[in-house]
Amino acid sequence: MSNITVMPDRSAGAPATSARHERRGQRRPRKPINTQFRTAVSPHQLNTTRGRIIYWIVLVIVVVSFTAAFVFPLYWMITGAMKSTEELNAIPPTFLPSHFSLDGYLQAWDLLGLGTLLGNTALYAGGAWLLTLAVDVSAAYALSKLRPALGKVVLALMLSTLMIPPMVIMLPAYLTVKDVPFFHWNLLNTPWAIWLPAAANGFNVFLLKRFFDSIPRELLEAAEIDGASPGRILWSVVIPISRPILGVVSILTVVNVWRDFVWPLLVLPDSDKMSVSIGIASLSSQMPQNVLVASLVIASIPTIVVFFLFQRHIMAGLTAGSLKG
Amino acid sequence: MTTASIPAAGGRRRQPTKLRRAVRRNVTAYGFLCGALICFAFFSWYPMVREVILSFQKTNFVDPPKWVGLENFRTVVNDPAFGPAWVNTAVFTLLALLCGYGIPFVTAIVLNELRHARAYLRFVVYLPVMLPPAVSVLLFQWFYNPDYGLFNQVLDLFHLPGLQWLNSTSTALISLVIVSTWMNMGSGTLIYLAALQTIPSELYEAAELDGAGLFKRIWHVTIPQTKLILLVMLLLQIVATMQVFIEPYLLTGGGPENATVSVVYLMYQYAFNFGNLNAGNALGLMLMIVLMVFSAIYLRVSRDNTV
Repeated sequence: MSNITVMPDRSAGAPATSARHERRGQRRPRKPINTQFRTAVSPHQLNTTRGRIIYWIVLVIVVVSFTAAFVFPLYWMITGAMKSTEELNAIPPTFLPSHFSLDGYLQAWDLLGLGTLLGNTALYAGGAWLLTLAVDVSAAYALSKLRPALGKVVLALMLSTLMIPPMVIMLPAYLTVKDVPFFHWNLLNTPWAIWLPAAANGFNVFLLKRFFDSIPRELLEAAEIDGASPGRILWSVVIPISRPILGVVSILTVVNVWRDFVWPLLVLPDSDKMSVSIGIASLSSQMPQNVLVASLVIASIPTIVVFFLFQRHIMAGLTAGSLKG
Repeated sequence: MTTASIPAAGGRRRQPTKLRRAVRRNVTAYGFLCGALICFAFFSWYPMVREVILSFQKTNFVDPPKWVGLENFRTVVNDPAFGPAWVNTAVFTLLALLCGYGIPFVTAIVLNELRHARAYLRFVVYLPVMLPPAVSVLLFQWFYNPDYGLFNQVLDLFHLPGLQWLNSTSTALISLVIVSTWMNMGSGTLIYLAALQTIPSELYEAAELDGAGLFKRIWHVTIPQTKLILLVMLLLQIVATMQVFIEPYLLTGGGPENATVSVVYLMYQYAFNFGNLNAGNALGLMLMIVLMVFSAIYLRVSRDNTV
């Protein structure tokens, strides 16, 4: 679509519409492309014959290339797990597995101990979720509604952690987990090594505090006059109306723990304590290709299911932080 | 509550009550805060300080730590992998920006024009982001296999010669960039898409009345309107990609011939393979200083523009 066509379109607005009326008389009108939302492409141009042809060509190209780039690798992974090693090595490759069998998956489940690995990961993600909610919600509530002395300093310190690249403080954080100052606990190979650092999340505090700030003061004052304690107000007033943001924070936390690689690699070295990503990665070189691929499929099922169920929340969380810095 | 009793109590009791209320409010507030304070103190603030301290010390966790000045820094600078690590990290970041920054923006512009299959396309582009990174990386390791990997099979289909991908110094780094772009571009695309949808349609209409063609409209309306988010994403992406670790760790182990060793990967090696944690810290501090510059710019940009 060049810019040459734009000018006559506008100047000859009236003839164009009359031409369309004529056409309408000859044959049934095609359903016009929805132009409710004005974007860079002119809606007028979009509904000319040429515009429609280009639109549909672009649409088909985009759909096909997206499917090839993002869905086909997953298809290849799912079917690859069903092929035997000989079939995987065959040239040319087979598009469909020659036999439908789930042996690869069963083997992967047994050989890699995926049951234990998935169980571990669920424990880490679940515990991190509960602890993060408890810690970050009460912190954000205190900073937003109770407004203690030095509250602004505390908030600034918490937000400053967002500016620190996590990989850089990975080594000292590892040492802290290995020998917690004052207590001298060794948290390596315990779930606390995942749970406690997960709760120290400045982004969650930021999201929650911003939401709590928007809760009208009168609502809380009414509860206070009724004699509710701050804890009671948090539990019975603030939390029920904060469900949307709690959903976003919950999913972000669970998904982050599930996907994390470097931190569990450092703090959970025991093979029976590993999370699923680490477990698979550590055994990857010893496995036949089809078994490895099957284990990759199994490891990604939980996150894909979460994505299917909570797509809206996940995308809301994605744009919540980035659009307002 | 006590509020009702204050007027009756008169001026003399007013001050202590107010003070006591303030104290109680603060005590309650810090009660709510203590969990977070402990978590942040142990796992964020203290490590930040300790990162700096350890860089200038020699510790073996048996004897008391010894201050050694710049010795750790000298150790890492003299490492033959030091130069390649920074060059690779910089090249990786640059290539990842070319692919991982341009492609999502163009994709978002195209997606924004489409009126069909939007939900499907959005879902599909974000799908790799949801996979655990280790899964994506190991999946691509299989695709990159020179003998039976998908990529060489596809090339073979078009009668093109296969590549060595991860095994050759010339293609190893770009192979890492491809994985990284594949698994991360979804979030950028969706963020840009959200930004594009906030552009008021009047601007496009006005530009059109002024005779601006499609590309001129994108250049003079779309890009200026999304300038802030583009800049913020640029800085965030630089900071994120300069910390590249999992790709070299799982795919190449820094090889072949240091062609893919990254700064964080070298740092990890110092701490866990070479048994010199302090040198790893020194390297980490260098990276931190570089990244803090970008973070500071980011902070400045986002603060100046929060309207």
